[in-house]
Amino acid sequence: MEAISHAGTVLGVLAADGVVLAAEKKVTGKLLDLSVTKEGGYGGSGEKIYLLTNNVVVGVAGLTADANSLVNYARTAAQRHLFTFNEDIPVEQLAQRLCDLKQGYTQYGGLRPFGVSLLYAGWDPYYQFQLYLSDPSGNYSGWKATCIGANNGTAQSLLKQEYKEDIKVEDAIALVMKVMSKTMDSTTLGSEKLEFATLTLDAETKKPRAKIYRPTEVDALLLKHGLAKKEDAEMK
Amino acid sequence: MEVSFALTGKDYVIIAADQNAARSIIKMKGDEDKIKALGSHLLMAYSGEPGDTIQFAEYVERNLRLQQMRNNHPLRPQAAASWVRRSIADSLRSRNSYSVNILLGGYDMAENTPKLYWMDYLGTQSDVPYAAHGYGSYFALSLLDREVQKRLVISFPSFRVKVVDAEGVREVDVDMSV
Repeated sequence: MEAISHAGTVLGVLAADGVVLAAEKKVTGKLLDLSVTKEGGYGGSGEKIYLLTNNVVVGVAGLTADANSLVNYARTAAQRHLFTFNEDIPVEQLAQRLCDLKQGYTQYGGLRPFGVSLLYAGWDPYYQFQLYLSDPSGNYSGWKATCIGANNGTAQSLLKQEYKEDIKVEDAIALVMKVMSKTMDSTTLGSEKLEFATLTLDAETKKPRAKIYRPTEVDALLLKHGLAKKEDAEMK
Repeated sequence: MEVSFALTGKDYVIIAADQNAARSIIKMKGDEDKIKALGSHLLMAYSGEPGDTIQFAEYVERNLRLQQMRNNHPLRPQAAASWVRRSIADSLRSRNSYSVNILLGGYDMAENTPKLYWMDYLGTQSDVPYAAHGYGSYFALSLLDREVQKRLVISFPSFRVKVVDAEGVREVDVDMSV
């Protein structure tokens, strides 16, 4: 779909002990009210990265309105699985549910398909950490590192060069930051242009823990990797 | 007049069921198999209303097989038990309900632990180390209950206490030993 190749880049990297997602935000500006994203909700600014269930975080690229509808559908599907089976929905099954819906819209006349690609970062006891990609046609595939949205070709080849087997989450975060800084249009990275999330296992409970970074945490992370804006660095 | 038993060990579950097929006071046959293998690591013993039992057991068997074919892996014992329980509970609230009691035992390959679930026709489910259904259960459970105190419903050795206030919901520990 045309819309997706212009949408903000979303990239994901699968590590041995977690999954990392990063997304480029397009809707920015001084006048945009971001007060809610600083403290409310579960982190993130709610444009690109969403929590679907305990064990799945998703990054979206494409038509935002369509994405919202899909996210809502996915959350319902995940809760329905929990209701019937008393277990968190396996990641691939959740991807399948969404792809079944997406596929339906390519087959029946009169309606347009969902103009959304998704990256799913998840964990389940069957296959542990997983990263899936799905496109508007309803195809999905599993990846070690992949990318959707604008400049996805550049990001993909960068990931291919830099990805190492058995990479750890810390290194995956660095890799994602590096690739993101190279593929984004703007020269400086900041929390107003970037969303970030990780999915790891809690050391004690052995349950998945999804973390969607708040704007302040994203800035701190950028600073740590030396990619923050100049004036930010001077202020600190 | 049926009976079934099951117990878990360190890394296994054993299930046993009688082999009688009876109606009223007449025994029809003595080589009936009332334990179905629902997958490579899942067993289900069923008893109750004749006819209902077989119908329901086959329904469960086929559905779990379908799940496995669709998702390339079988349901874990916990998920399978939840699904079976829900099926019983849904049927109980329909015009024609299944009167089936179940013992579901399996080996969880993801966590490498044996699992046993006791379920009755009302949709009660319990995760237990050992269990029995039928008249034999009165005898078998007393044999297996080394600490009867723990299972008597009138003894409450501990309470779970939860509080809600401006901070939200939280759980508090209460020391019952005092």
